[in-house]
Amino acid sequence: MAAKLTIAVPSKGRLKDQVEDVLRRAGLILRKTGHERGYRGALEGLDLNGLDLDGVEVEFTSAAEIVHLLRTGRVHLGITGEDLVREMLADVEATVEFLNPLGIGRADVVVAVPDCWLDVVAMADLEDVAAQFSRTHGRRLRVATKYMNLTRRFFASHGVAGYRIVESVGATEATPAAGTAELIVDITTTGTTLRANHLKVLRDGLILTSQARLFAAREATWGPEAAKLRDAIVAKLPA
Amino acid sequence: MTAESAKEFEALEAQARALLDLFARAGYEPVAPSIIQPAGMFLDRVGESIRGRTYVFTDLAGDELCLRPDLTVPVSRLYLERHPDAETPARYCYNGPAFRFQPQGRSRTRPREFRQAGIECFGVTDRESADVEIVSLAVDAVARAGLNDARLRFGCIALFYALLDALALPERWRLKLRHYFWRPPVFHALLTRLAKGERPDENGTAASLAQSLADKSPDEAEELVAAFLEVQGLPLSGNRTLGEIAERLLDHAADLRSEPLPKEVATVIDYYLAVSGPLPEAVERVALIAKGAGLDMATPLDALACRFDRLQESGIDLDEAMFATEFGRDFEYYSGLVFQIEAPGNGTEPVAGGGRYDGLLEALGAPREVPAVGAAIHTERLLAAVERGS
Repeated sequence: MAAKLTIAVPSKGRLKDQVEDVLRRAGLILRKTGHERGYRGALEGLDLNGLDLDGVEVEFTSAAEIVHLLRTGRVHLGITGEDLVREMLADVEATVEFLNPLGIGRADVVVAVPDCWLDVVAMADLEDVAAQFSRTHGRRLRVATKYMNLTRRFFASHGVAGYRIVESVGATEATPAAGTAELIVDITTTGTTLRANHLKVLRDGLILTSQARLFAAREATWGPEAAKLRDAIVAKLPA
Repeated sequence: MTAESAKEFEALEAQARALLDLFARAGYEPVAPSIIQPAGMFLDRVGESIRGRTYVFTDLAGDELCLRPDLTVPVSRLYLERHPDAETPARYCYNGPAFRFQPQGRSRTRPREFRQAGIECFGVTDRESADVEIVSLAVDAVARAGLNDARLRFGCIALFYALLDALALPERWRLKLRHYFWRPPVFHALLTRLAKGERPDENGTAASLAQSLADKSPDEAEELVAAFLEVQGLPLSGNRTLGEIAERLLDHAADLRSEPLPKEVATVIDYYLAVSGPLPEAVERVALIAKGAGLDMATPLDALACRFDRLQESGIDLDEAMFATEFGRDFEYYSGLVFQIEAPGNGTEPVAGGGRYDGLLEALGAPREVPAVGAAIHTERLLAAVERGS
């Protein structure tokens, strides 16, 4: 029978294991349907009170793809990182509803500059450095990041405009030492990687404190049964 | 109207042919630079504010490219390709598509794909004549296309720089104010901060290091910074030199000890930037502000007045023309006279605009500063305005 509610969860990596853990502790079991390497599944352990158990379908996919599915309303619920949601959605509040925080995948999105920039401590310094840099090097500061939109919004709110973004999909923290960027916007959990790469976070350079959450797609078709299934899932998870 | 119907396409083509014909007869050689451009050229010059509105993409070879958001940069590159030493004067004209994402949605006068027809004049050292030539030709082109009651709006970037040069200011603040001129949302906050004498940050490593550098020469400061980094085990990275880091620490030290920016100086700058009104009163108002503050701005003001006189002599009607000191602050490559042509009832969307941009070619690789001035017509808007008027 057709599912009444679809929920997308991460299909790989540490986040997948952590999500399974959190759900298990809440009494919910993720189970693959079909073959072991498939991408469909079911959720067991809901207090259904007469609701149809087969009504929930699980889709295993990447954390970024989950944001796309939420945006277009092709799933009702999704578990993914808040950093990706805020980066990838133009109008966050109008697109998704923030449900339970899951306390996993915690990370800060921060602005970090080389340790050797002794003259730079806060965002306000960056535009001055940009002016100086453009005078001496004839170009803008380059900010390496995969968070283009978060960076643009945050820098604009601090009046910093003399920069350009270079997209970075991996090893962002190595770009200042490699000379392909001057500073970075990246996620950090303990700061160890940043320190190892001789980078420091600006005093007011915290863009976002992120964790994995349950999100609801406003665009999805919310029938009465889908809404009840959502409430049942929300009730099971820690608030 | 992005030539989406055959009729619109034909009307735009006919208009473009007439414009190009006029430009060619005025001695401007038609050129057609590539539509796909390296994104870095634009991003380094105009930054992220325009990136948000530029179609940027990575091709299969991994190169970061864009659909040109504007034709001035591509035409400038074409000039440098032909004349790498930038010593030969050249006049080019063009008509072709440019692309900008419209965050508020596309409309007839804000299409994402539009055609720009324009003229650029490179390497002509008689800047006054070149400015007059470009403004006259742009006004003539718009009039011949059938727009009868166009209005002109002027500004002048060089005049603001001249004001800063005339004011008694520490050089580090002059440089800062020059740079922040292009950041209108934070410019005023900076001015207030300087006038209040707010200290930049008196605690922490930067401040204590800055204090220890006070009275040192740039070379000594650089050595001290190098020694400090050595002791702390911090390698130099991020492409800034020791000299740059030391320079800002010295500025920081100077800021910690200096008197605030005199209130009168901040007020003069505020008054200057508030000037906006009909010509010639608006320019006279700038002269009055300068006189009141005891500043010698005769040379740049005369230069501006000469240009307006010559425009009138060549038959341009300036009775309705406006001048605003703030005008032109949104395009960082402008360096002198800037202007736009507005159609009645067209709101904030000009049908044409342009100005002097002497610094751009050097930034694009020319061996030195090259005089450059140009104008571009937004052809869809011009056609729409002409149709509205008829």
